Amino acid sequence: MTAIPDTRPKMRGARFLQSRGMRRFFRHKLAVLGLAMITLIAVACIVGPWLLPHDMLDIDIRGRFSPPLTDTYLFGTDEMGRDLAARLFMAGRVSLMVGVAAMVLSTVVGTVIGLLAGHFGGALSTALMRFTDAFLCFPQIFLLLALAAFLEPDAMMITIIIALTSWMEIARIVAAEIRSLRERDFVTAARVSGASHAWIMFRELLPNAAGPIIVAATLTVARAILIEAYVSFLGYGIQPPLPSWGNMLNNAQQYLDSAPWLAIVPGVAITLAVTSFNFIGDGLRDALDARSDMP
Amino acid sequence: MSETPMIRTVDLAQHFPIRKGLPGRPGAVVRAIDGVSIDIPRRQVVGLVGESGSGKSTFGRAVMALDPPTSGRVEFDGTDLSQLSRAALAPYRRRMQMVFQDPFSSLNPRMSVAETLGMPLRFREGGAGRSERRDRAAEMLEMVGLPRSYLDRFPHEFSGGQRQRIGIARALMTSPDFLMADEVVSALDVSVQAQVLNLFARLQREMELTMLFITHDLAVVGHVSDIVAVMYLGRIVEIAPTRALFSGPRHPYTEALLSAAPSPVPGGARKRIILEGDVPSPVNPPSGCPFRTRCPYAIAACAEDRPALAAVGPDHRSACIRTDLDLMPATGRRTEAALEGSPG
Amino acid sequence: MTERLRVQDLSVHFRSERREVQVVHDLSFTLEAGRTLALVGESGSGKSVTSLALMGLLPPPPQSRTTGSALLEGRDGADLLGIPESRRRRLRGDRIAMIFQEPLTSLNPVHSVGAQLVEAIRSHRSVSRRAAWDRAEELLDEVGIPEPAARLASFPHELSGGMRQRVMIAIALALEPDVLIADEPTTALDVTVQAQILDLLRRVQERTGMAMLFITHDFGVVADIAHRTVVMYAGRMVEAGPTEDILRRPLMPYTSGLMASVPLLETAGTGRSELATIDGFVPDPAAPPAGCAFHPRCAHNRPGRCDVPPIAVEAPAPDRSIRCARWRELAEEVR
Ligand SMILES: Nc1ncnc2c1ncn2[C@@H]1O[C@H](COP(=O)(O)OP(=O)(O)OP(=O)(O)O)[C@@H](O)[C@H]1O
Ligand SMILES: Nc1ncnc2c1ncn2[C@@H]1O[C@H](COP(=O)(O)OP(=O)(O)OP(=O)(O)O)[C@@H](O)[C@H]1O
Ligand code: SF4
Ligand SMILES: [Mg+2]
Ligand SMILES: [Mg+2]
Repeated sequence: MTAIPDTRPKMRGARFLQSRGMRRFFRHKLAVLGLAMITLIAVACIVGPWLLPHDMLDIDIRGRFSPPLTDTYLFGTDEMGRDLAARLFMAGRVSLMVGVAAMVLSTVVGTVIGLLAGHFGGALSTALMRFTDAFLCFPQIFLLLALAAFLEPDAMMITIIIALTSWMEIARIVAAEIRSLRERDFVTAARVSGASHAWIMFRELLPNAAGPIIVAATLTVARAILIEAYVSFLGYGIQPPLPSWGNMLNNAQQYLDSAPWLAIVPGVAITLAVTSFNFIGDGLRDALDARSDMP
Repeated sequence: MSETPMIRTVDLAQHFPIRKGLPGRPGAVVRAIDGVSIDIPRRQVVGLVGESGSGKSTFGRAVMALDPPTSGRVEFDGTDLSQLSRAALAPYRRRMQMVFQDPFSSLNPRMSVAETLGMPLRFREGGAGRSERRDRAAEMLEMVGLPRSYLDRFPHEFSGGQRQRIGIARALMTSPDFLMADEVVSALDVSVQAQVLNLFARLQREMELTMLFITHDLAVVGHVSDIVAVMYLGRIVEIAPTRALFSGPRHPYTEALLSAAPSPVPGGARKRIILEGDVPSPVNPPSGCPFRTRCPYAIAACAEDRPALAAVGPDHRSACIRTDLDLMPATGRRTEAALEGSPG
Repeated sequence: MTERLRVQDLSVHFRSERREVQVVHDLSFTLEAGRTLALVGESGSGKSVTSLALMGLLPPPPQSRTTGSALLEGRDGADLLGIPESRRRRLRGDRIAMIFQEPLTSLNPVHSVGAQLVEAIRSHRSVSRRAAWDRAEELLDEVGIPEPAARLASFPHELSGGMRQRVMIAIALALEPDVLIADEPTTALDVTVQAQILDLLRRVQERTGMAMLFITHDFGVVADIAHRTVVMYAGRMVEAGPTEDILRRPLMPYTSGLMASVPLLETAGTGRSELATIDGFVPDPAAPPAGCAFHPRCAHNRPGRCDVPPIAVEAPAPDRSIRCARWRELAEEVR
């Protein structure tokens, strides 16, 4: 057999960026747009409050209900004359943090449950999947509102509640993926070598299920942001004075006629963030599709 | 032969329940293998042939102690593996390894060649250090004819034949005594298949391996094996030294398989036996001889008792009650054509 | 012999990531009534692409480009590669039919076998549903399916692989096509079932006189079914001629290498002799070697002769063609 000269890149990092998957992602125009948008929103939320001339708590009684682009108020002011831009960015920190934290939590829970169910099969799998189905049976919003009304809703609590009501889908995706991977010969090869359960789960199975998990996680951020907004809008979520995009909307509904920008500005922010995450998720789905990854 | 065989299976059976009908009622079972007793002598290659669904892979997995058998037992070097716990099995795992059919699914796409090859050593008692694993991996790569520079590559960079070599190298990392190869060349192009078959022959000789070589290709099995076992509906219907089986089959199914196998040797005005119908379902196999529904020589008595695998010659056993038959050998045609046809 | 399909200079290019890659190069062959032509070659040699091109089933133009001609003779004869898709659709299934390697994926899982047969018949002939159903039953009987009337109601997943392939053949034969293209129809089947299917195809051919293009990578199957053989390598014909001749006296080193590398039933159990091998791999169609595409793997390769284009097709005998720069000397050497 003739040896082929080794001309390919060796570094893992380089491999990743030049990989077909990443090229496919960057060909996906909407996904790139989404990524740019989210980066922009995140940067604005992080540095915005420092750059703006007003603190979000500064009250300017004479400047109440200023429409956007009045003086130094980029998005105008609210009913107490507070800078809407400053509030929007601070609220963005809270909303994005809640979204990302809820995603991390639900992904971890869902992945662990799915991995156990998929790898061990049998009675354990049946029990875990029944448990998952039981959670899925509850209408999510009802569960959320009940929990939120019952527990003290601070940001941490809201995150936990959202995560508790959204890990099920990831668990099912992971379980299905693991079940099909488990039949692959390389897993049998590991068993033949005497590999432990932990090795098989974390070294053989999980890395190969990463694609669908990442996609599901991205879409979960979008959903978590939306849920937080929804619950806070109804007044059961993040409580003022801590702003979130959802409770800004709650506040705005009384002034819809006189100061519509109070609702439009946070509404647009929510829409942009959620659609961006959805676009990124779609792009990742194409890029990480395991089938197209294998030649 | 007084030496203990490397592998001995005794009445090995594997039945898979298939959910059917109402829950609670005992459902149907697939009798994937049903009472298989064979020996794999040391340093010999036993070839297992049979059609799709005949139970070859199930048998191989049972021999590797991957699935606990429904009944019967597998002895490895005299020890009954089915009695052992996961932990007690570990030292035996090192001595028995396998190579897989699909070169694309048998390597973890997220692991480099070095990691893949190092794995069998990692779980050995004591475990081998990273550099020790790497050295051994490089050595094995060269053994299977691949350059050591491949160590840090990933599976997607290789062709099917190269992947299959990596799979073979992995199986040899622990210097096993026994190697199970399930359809290892079926997915390869003929020119690559020849390379891999030659590699197996060389390694078997050099490392004195005992092998179970599973395939559906009769020519391949004839080429690699010392002994050939023919499986039909989960049972061994004939087993014999390769030469004896090809030149004097004693079971009608073996005869049919040999005559149906296409051969590129020209001028073969070979009588071809075309079997009627399909292989029956292993869920309810025919009474008596499993082959009787398609057998051109079946008589009424064939439906009664299941014929036992009985001696019909030296080391030659067949499960057919019609010992009176004079069956057609694989070489049932002019031999000079065979010699002339093989290109120089 | 009556010609049924004359393929001339068939070339197929695919466009991938802004580059055009040619996967079939100037392929010519003729299919004759009542005869079978085998197209043999290793994976990726362009066999399936050739058959799909003839059927007009390749992706539409920007993605693929087909040139050359394929003249279908006889009643409303036409150049399959030159006519509009609407006309080709009418010929497909009627005058020229195709069967594939994996019958399960080429049968529709949600329709019964009978419905699919009736559909195949009625899409080309204006006959009543009743008459089509009767014809369907007849066809199943002809391809050797027991209890054909009952089987018409079966769904594809209820049949074994061999049965499904028989159904595919029944559908292909429904309108008694002049030309049947079979792309590895037995590769997924067991040897005993393969023998049944080959036997069936041979009997049907004897009865209807159809011309058959049989694609396979197995020289054993070639020996069994084909009258003539075309050996393909990297998208090119490298050797062609009567099957018996080619098997007895292969002239192209690739053909003889390929044949030497398969273990033979005839020598089973005679000790594990080394099989001849061909080093290296099939070339990437995007970067084909200059000159003879096989030269980097060929033991008889002579620099300056084998690696310079063009290597012409020659005719060592009236019936045979070969594309090899050194075939004459090599034939001498063997003698
Ligand atoms: N896990 C399982 N559950 C249920 N049935 C099974 C299982 N594994 C195998 N079978 C059945 O057991 C029979 C034997 O299967 P096996 O895979 O051993 O056949 P094989 O001879 O290896 O076939 P092939 O040549 O197609 O690989 C088949 O009917 C198959 O459907
Ligand atoms: N739709 C397509 N787009 C781009 N390239 C293609 C396409 N279809 C086939 N090819 C390429 O054309 C070449 C010939 O493929 P083809 O399927 O004809 O091979 P084959 O001889 O039928 O092989 P096999 O024995 O594996 O079926 C291959 O290199 C393949 O990658
Ligand atoms: S026992 Fe009867 S049916 Fe079975 S193989 Fe022998 S003759 Fe045929
Ligand atoms: Mg198998
Ligand atoms: Mg093909």
